[in-house]
Amino acid sequence: MTESLSTSPGVALETASGDGLRRVAIDPLSRVEGHGKVTLLLDAEDRVQQARLHIVEFRGFEKFIQGRPYWEVPVMVQRLCGICPVSHHLAAAKACDMIVGATTLTPSAEKLRRLMHYGQILQSHALHFFHLSSPDLLFGFDSDASRRNIVGLAAAHPELARRGVLLRKLGQEVIRMTSGKRIHGTGAIPGGVNRNLSAEERQQLRAALPEAIDWSRQAVQLVRQLFEDNLAVYREFASFEANTLALVRADGAMDLYHGGLRARDPDGNTLLDDVDYAHYWEHILEEVKPWSYMKFPFLRQLGADKGWYRVGPLSRVTQCDFIPTPQADAERIAFLAFDAGRAARATLGFHWARMIEMLHAAEVIAELVDDDDISGSELVVRGSSARRGVGVIEAPRGTLIHHYTVDENDMVVRANLIVSTTHNNQSMNVAIREVARRYLDGRTLTEGLLNHIEVAIRAFDPCLSCATHALGQMPLAVELVSNGGDLLDRRSRY
Amino acid sequence: MSEPNPPRVRLATTSLAGCFGCHMSFLDIDEKLFPLLERVEFDRSPLTDIKNCGPCDVGLIEGGVCNAENVHVLREFRANCKVLIALGACAITGGLPAQRNHLDLGLCLQEVYLTEPSLARGGIPNDPELPLPLDKVYPLHEIVHIDYFIPGCPPSAEAIWKVLSDLLAGHTPYLAEPLIRYD
Ligand code: SF4
Repeated sequence: MTESLSTSPGVALETASGDGLRRVAIDPLSRVEGHGKVTLLLDAEDRVQQARLHIVEFRGFEKFIQGRPYWEVPVMVQRLCGICPVSHHLAAAKACDMIVGATTLTPSAEKLRRLMHYGQILQSHALHFFHLSSPDLLFGFDSDASRRNIVGLAAAHPELARRGVLLRKLGQEVIRMTSGKRIHGTGAIPGGVNRNLSAEERQQLRAALPEAIDWSRQAVQLVRQLFEDNLAVYREFASFEANTLALVRADGAMDLYHGGLRARDPDGNTLLDDVDYAHYWEHILEEVKPWSYMKFPFLRQLGADKGWYRVGPLSRVTQCDFIPTPQADAERIAFLAFDAGRAARATLGFHWARMIEMLHAAEVIAELVDDDDISGSELVVRGSSARRGVGVIEAPRGTLIHHYTVDENDMVVRANLIVSTTHNNQSMNVAIREVARRYLDGRTLTEGLLNHIEVAIRAFDPCLSCATHALGQMPLAVELVSNGGDLLDRRSRY
Repeated sequence: MSEPNPPRVRLATTSLAGCFGCHMSFLDIDEKLFPLLERVEFDRSPLTDIKNCGPCDVGLIEGGVCNAENVHVLREFRANCKVLIALGACAITGGLPAQRNHLDLGLCLQEVYLTEPSLARGGIPNDPELPLPLDKVYPLHEIVHIDYFIPGCPPSAEAIWKVLSDLLAGHTPYLAEPLIRYD
């Protein structure tokens, strides 16, 4: 069979010159969260000469957060992303913990934050699999586009669609109870949290959990079945070799709320292990490419060309030594063993790993709901304050870094964010080039073929919404004319 | 599933300079999604693979207008949707992204692409594939006519459900006080 592909064919498609080539765009990318597009340049024989994933929008958060008091940050920053607001809320709160000197939270505060976070993992993974990606996997990558969505899923597999909606609902309810709102709540504050759970709330969650765990386990089985039924395609689709990065607990356990940085090369050799993230920039650097607002991070020790890496469920599940809940760990072991380990190296293995994490999240929530600490009343601690705070968390889509510096009046003077999807930037670009080379080269491009590109991108569950907080310079001018014909704005290049 | 008698209402949704939170709040109608699907069919939306908005009954737009492409999509929606709704704070006022409105765009660029601590190789993205950012983030109603506004960041699922139910029933949408929230 085909060996795992080296990175070179993918990288070669990054920078063809555009002269005389025909442009095909997939714009906007659909069934992903956020704003992005793919462009392909084809030569006269329809061979793909260039394939790029562009992030096309800017927010400017890092700039406009300057001059705001640090305690506003955990609430403001959620508005970067309504799909994983909790991840930004908690990463910012962890950074604020450092600023207020809260080195160790109270058991109640830490567990309530964990509960919120695993609720977020549950809802986000359910949304991604059932609402967005499963139609590709169940109906086929080039099946009828009008059916390839949640509406088609509800018609063809009503029970599956219902479970997806209810799993997401449970995660959203966990978030509401811990933060006050399902989206953009306010539960985490510097040094702790501002609420706990009542006995009634715990009872309400407890009642829903056995079913949620069972459905999650069945979702893992469903992905396994998809691999078994289409082994050749699933093994190779969009596959490539990459370094991996994730937070891992000191004892090697999967821990999505806190840990040290671990990175490995494609052969499993350790590049980083149990590294304190407070100085992440000693290990991770970023570069800018002119054709995307999303930066390209890499591991400093390997350099920009070789040091790019992959984050998210697939990296986490394959990189931890064990998952600290029994059912998810059993599924992890089965996943690693499947097809002599090939599923764990395949891009579509993301879906399998994501469902294992969803099962893990449901198990963790069940444990926490039975822990009386989540109804405790010691919720906040303070210590001696600092000027710099770094908060890192494993968001649903991967490692999320928030970094703030404050002045003597507690105002933010610098902010740097590296969001999960940004870490996967080069990996997603390599994945689409691999697909372009294998499936599109020399063929007439149909909607179904182009959807193969999107299937590869969706495997990463990119959150392009998160990825759009930076802005660029255009060699153009445009005029914005109002409803009434007035010139509102005119821009030309800087 | 039986075919409903009344023709389905065609609904398009999109996110401009928004965070997708308003779309998520729409999905927070939970199980009510299924009866809704009996009455509604989706046109362009992040949930479908329809890339351009066709003739529709209702359009829901989240997010303000931050670049030339947003202007284009907004006009496409206005031209095709009989009823166009600004969903959430960003669509109504620009929202959080409009915090950049008092800043110089060039300084923002420098901050993000030239001076950050973890930057190895900086440079300001300038490829023609990237749509031109506007100097400011604009609310939707400054660019096109908007029929209804649903406030909140995001508006609650109940509020979104109420407006859609009213429209499906042929009524003028109305939100009573408890459903009007601004947080
Ligand atoms: S109004 Fe709030 S929830 Fe909606 S897009 Fe804007 S920031 Fe997100």
